[in-house]
Amino acid sequence: MDASIKKLFGLSLGLAAGLGAISGLAAETLNGAGATFPAPVYNKWTYNYGQSCGTKINYQSIGSGAGIAQIKAKTVNFGASDEPLAKEEMDKFGLMQFPMLIGGVVPVVNLPGVEPGKLKLSGKLLADIFLGKISKWDDPAIKELNPELKLPSFPVAVVHRSDSSGTTWIFTNYLGKVSEEWAKGPGNGKDVKWPCGVGGQKNPGVANNVLKMAGAIGYVEYTYAVEAKMNCVNLQNKDGKFVAPALENFAASAANADWQNTPGFFMVLTEQPGEKTWPISGVTYILIYKEQASAATAKEMIKYFSWCYTEGAKLASELNYVPLPENVVKMVKDEWKKSLKAEGKQLVE
Amino acid sequence: MMMPVKKMRKVLSLPDSLFHWLTMASALMIIVLMISFFAQLLWYSLPSIREFGWGFVLSQEWDPVRNLYGAAGAIYGTLVTTLIAMLIAAPLSFGIALFLVEFAPPYLSRVLGQAIDLLAAVPSIIYGMWGLFVFVPIMQKHVQPFLADTLGLKALPFFSGPQMGFGLLTSGIILALMILPFISAVMRDVFRMVPPVVKESAYGTGATTWEVTADVTTRYGMQGLLGALFLGLGRAIGETMAVLFIIGHVQQVSFSLFAPGTTISATLANNFAEAEGISKSVLFELGLILLVISFLIQIAAQYWLNKVRRSTGGGL
Repeated sequence: MDASIKKLFGLSLGLAAGLGAISGLAAETLNGAGATFPAPVYNKWTYNYGQSCGTKINYQSIGSGAGIAQIKAKTVNFGASDEPLAKEEMDKFGLMQFPMLIGGVVPVVNLPGVEPGKLKLSGKLLADIFLGKISKWDDPAIKELNPELKLPSFPVAVVHRSDSSGTTWIFTNYLGKVSEEWAKGPGNGKDVKWPCGVGGQKNPGVANNVLKMAGAIGYVEYTYAVEAKMNCVNLQNKDGKFVAPALENFAASAANADWQNTPGFFMVLTEQPGEKTWPISGVTYILIYKEQASAATAKEMIKYFSWCYTEGAKLASELNYVPLPENVVKMVKDEWKKSLKAEGKQLVE
Repeated sequence: MMMPVKKMRKVLSLPDSLFHWLTMASALMIIVLMISFFAQLLWYSLPSIREFGWGFVLSQEWDPVRNLYGAAGAIYGTLVTTLIAMLIAAPLSFGIALFLVEFAPPYLSRVLGQAIDLLAAVPSIIYGMWGLFVFVPIMQKHVQPFLADTLGLKALPFFSGPQMGFGLLTSGIILALMILPFISAVMRDVFRMVPPVVKESAYGTGATTWEVTADVTTRYGMQGLLGALFLGLGRAIGETMAVLFIIGHVQQVSFSLFAPGTTISATLANNFAEAEGISKSVLFELGLILLVISFLIQIAAQYWLNKVRRSTGGGL
């Protein structure tokens, strides 16, 4: 071997050893992947947490379905999903899930002549609109709920998501609960057989399509409705009250839900009881293995999630997401104590 | 004297044959890639093929909740948008290329030529974005009412229905705009390669510009022109980002060009992130269908080119 090549070889060996030492010194790296809906919050959290605590966390917002697939394949430390997994499926893979954030799905309209936040709809009526049964905005059924509004005689143009998404899952879950015809027809899914309307690409696409067509109605995550200053619809909740989409009303939905009697936190926050409850709220979940391979990694992860519930909560509110109510956080922490194990021992004391 | 030569040859032949094998391996990789692509797509589509059979290609059904799928809507949308794009882009590109080579003063030809090259390099997502925010409203407010009402075309099924700005026609036009610079650039190069002496001899016999263009330049470059068209076609048929935002994404076969539809690639992009089980297999089968369509077009193109070569001659 040439002397210079030897030198180079030695140098690269040294470099590799040096790099190894550096990464050995650095704190744990945690990898997560999944839902896109909470991604703005998760990205902010991972950044702030990395700054203050030194642990590097990578979150890839690749979609709920892909997140579930990744955690099942054990390529990530935690998965994130907008759709809860059924208990049987979790047990099969030895997974546990817990709620992380709450958000709301909001019907938005583009109705010239109707002030933002004034239009009232019942769940049944909303389902009829998305079933294509109501063709004009001055339909008697809509007039009856809104006697004080001057409704234009525009044709109703329905806008739905074109990609499969957790938002659609929550929205169609609600429609199925309030309308039997919807439950028997299109049903509940991340994508369904829409009876009518035109598709929009993700939340911004739906928002954009609604803003562009007079007489349009669509549904978006609350954040997007706020950002695009859209005309949100007031909905009649289970208690018969008309409520506006607002952070405290999404929180009311979570606070009033019966978490105690839902094993595995399999909670769908649609059509929950309570006077202030917004009927189309949703929970986004974190999925982790009950049996953790490395206690050190698992401890880092739990430390991070605890931070999310406390410090992270403020950051979430700033971004128009609702942190989990305290009583539910306590339940999650109890569940950690009960179920999580690492290297054969109980992980959380 | 013989010995050193032989020795030298031996020394040279090792790297030489190594190089030979290396290039061959690289070339073989293409074949391996193509076959494994087909094989993998086929393998993953098997559950869907078994479940839906040939009916898959003909059915418009798309019900993710009940796991019933058909590809007719996506195939139809793919073919229609591509057809619209080619109908618009082919004659326009021809005109552009011809003007640049035959009629434009050199300075203008240079400026326009560079503009075309720049346009051809614009990523398709830009066309999609521009389409959604600028072009869709123009279609809704001006083009669709003009076609349907002013020209009275709404009597035809192709131009009837609500005018939302989205849909097959809009997507086809965006695709046309996208492949236009691409086809023009290739056609321009084809026209440039027609030897001046051939054209000059035609002019010398007293032919007009039109006659020279139609009978000499076009004939001479026919194979190259067709090649340009097929390149554009290939780009249009699999294009995803440019149509994803503006086609409206509804799985249906609608004769109205104003109606929303979808393409195979748009369906894949919309659904693959959340797909599992049979729906994933369905997406793989759609991918396989797209690959087969592209493959068939390739074969047809080769066949046609050969025929043209035999009948018209020409040097390109």
